[in-house]
Amino acid sequence: MTKLRLGLAQFATQLGEVRANLDHHLEFVEKAVQQDVQLLVFPELSLTGYVLQDLVPSVASRPEAGDRTFGPLLEASRRLDLVVGFVDEDNRHRFYISAAYLSQGQVLHVHHKVYLPTYGLFDEGRFFAWGDSVRAFDTRWGRVGLLICEDFWHASPPYLLWLDGADLMLFASASPGRGITHGEKLESAWWVEHINRAYASLFTTFVAHTNRVGFEDGLHFWGGATIFDPNGDLLAQGPYQAEALVVADLDLAQLQRTRSRLPLLRDERHALVRREIERITAGSSGARDKG
Amino acid sequence: MPPDLSLNINTDLTERILTHFLRDEILRTGLRRAVVALSGGLDSALACALAAAALGPENVLALRLPYATSSPDSLSDAQLVIDQTGVQSETFEITGMARPLLATLPAGEAKRAGNIMARARMIVLYDRSAATNALVVGTGNKTEILLGYTTLYGDSASALNPLGDLYKTQVRQLARHIGLPASILAKPPSADLWAGQTDEGELGFTYERVDQLLYLLVDQRYRPEECVEAGFEAGFVRIVIDRIRGNQFKRMLPIIAKLSNRTVGYDFLYLRDWGT
Repeated sequence: MTKLRLGLAQFATQLGEVRANLDHHLEFVEKAVQQDVQLLVFPELSLTGYVLQDLVPSVASRPEAGDRTFGPLLEASRRLDLVVGFVDEDNRHRFYISAAYLSQGQVLHVHHKVYLPTYGLFDEGRFFAWGDSVRAFDTRWGRVGLLICEDFWHASPPYLLWLDGADLMLFASASPGRGITHGEKLESAWWVEHINRAYASLFTTFVAHTNRVGFEDGLHFWGGATIFDPNGDLLAQGPYQAEALVVADLDLAQLQRTRSRLPLLRDERHALVRREIERITAGSSGARDKG
Repeated sequence: MPPDLSLNINTDLTERILTHFLRDEILRTGLRRAVVALSGGLDSALACALAAAALGPENVLALRLPYATSSPDSLSDAQLVIDQTGVQSETFEITGMARPLLATLPAGEAKRAGNIMARARMIVLYDRSAATNALVVGTGNKTEILLGYTTLYGDSASALNPLGDLYKTQVRQLARHIGLPASILAKPPSADLWAGQTDEGELGFTYERVDQLLYLLVDQRYRPEECVEAGFEAGFVRIVIDRIRGNQFKRMLPIIAKLSNRTVGYDFLYLRDWGT
C-alpha cells in the first residue's frame, strides 16, 4: 500500500454521555466512508468528553466486541480503520485515558496515556492511572504510533515510537485553547503545530494530529487538525473552533524519497543514547523518576 | 524578551471564541435566550453585543435598571446599544424597590447604598431570566474580578460571563473592534451610583496601569519585587496585591464545613456541563 486516505475528526462531545458520543462517531464514520477515507482518527476521550472528574468510573469501556460501545465501533472498523478515544478500565479497576486502533473487526492496539498533566488547569493525575508503555504496532498502512496529547509534549514518546518503527504517528488531543495575544493564533495552537511540524521533520515521518472542538464550561477546544509529511510540509489543516472532517491523501512512498535525501533514521545511534541515558539516570537520585 | 505590556489581543479570534462560548453554553442547557443588564457602560454594552451576535438579537433581552439618581446619559447610551444591536429591551426603575431599604441607612453609607442598588438590579435580572427562559449573561471583566471591585450577589451574579478573562483595556479593544457607539467608548468608566463617580477616581489608579501590573502578577507570575524592578511603584504593587488577596472570597462559592466522606466543592467534582 503506498497511498492512504487519512481522515481526522474534529469533534465535539457531550460530557459523560457515551451513547450520544458513540452515535456521533458513527455519523462521522458515514461521512468518512462516503469520502473513501481508509483510516479515521478521533480526538482524545472522544467517547466520553474531557473534564470528567468524578464521572470517570461511569463512562469507562472495555475495547472488546462484547462491550456495548465497542461492539458497534468494531463493526464499523470493517469499513475503515478507526482510532477512538475512551476511558479504559483494567480488571483491577484502574482507569486510563486511552486510544484504541480498530481494524477489520479487531482491536490492533490500545495506548494508555503515559503523561497525565496535573498542573495549571489540568488535573488528570487525580482521576486517572498512568500508562506505562509506548509501542508502535503494525497496520495495513505500515507501522503506526499512537499518542495522546501530553504524551507528545514530551519529546521521548515520539522518539521511542520512531525507534520502534512508526512511520505514521497519530496524535489525539483534547487541548483547551489558551494564551490569547495579538498574534494570529492562540499560544496553545501555535505550540502544538510548531512541535508537530518539528517531529515530522526530525523523524522524517508522517505526523497527524486531531483535536477536540466545542466547550466544557468555560474551556474551549480549538480544533485545527494537521497532517505533516516526512519533509515537515503541511498536507492539510482543519479549521479552528469548528467541527470538521479533515481528509488528505498520504503518499507513503514519500518516506523513501525523504529518507534517501536525509538519512536521519539510518544514522540514529541507539546504543549511544542508551549508554548516555543509563549514565545520566544512574547518577540521579531517582526521586523524581515516575518509572 | 520582556512581556508585552500593551495587552493587545487578536480581536477577531476573541470575538469568535466568545460568541461560540455564549451560543454553545446557553443552547446546551436547552435554553436559547439571554438577559443582560445594560448600564450604558462599556462592559455591559459589549456583553450585550456578543450575546446578540451569538443568539440573534430577538433572543436577547437588555434590561435598563435605573435608580432615581442615575445619570440620564446612562439611559440614552444604553438605548444606543439597543438600537444598534436590535435586541429586545425593557426599562424597570429600581427606585421603588430599593428606597425603603436605602431609607434605613445612615448618611454617608455610599458603599452600602451601592451594594443595595446592585443587588436590587440582580433581583430584577434573575426574575426576568425566569420569566423569559433565559440565562443571565455576566458583564464583569478580569480587572474588577481580581480587584474585587464588584458587589457579591449583585453585579457579579450571572450564569455565564464572556468577559471575565479580559482586562478592562482588552474590553476596550474588543468594543472598538465590534464598533460600539462612540459615546460609550469615550466616557470614563463609572458605577453611576452618584453624580461624578468614576471607577478610576474611586480606585485611585488608572485601568491602563493596573491592568499592566495585574498582567505581570497574575498572567506572567511575576513576584512583587520583580514588578517594582519593572517600573511599578512599590506602594501601588502592595495595594493591588492586598486587594487581590482580600477579595478572594468574592471569587468563590460559600465554603462548606467538611464532615462526610464526600462533600460538595471538595470531592464531589463535576463540571456544570455534566451530561450535556
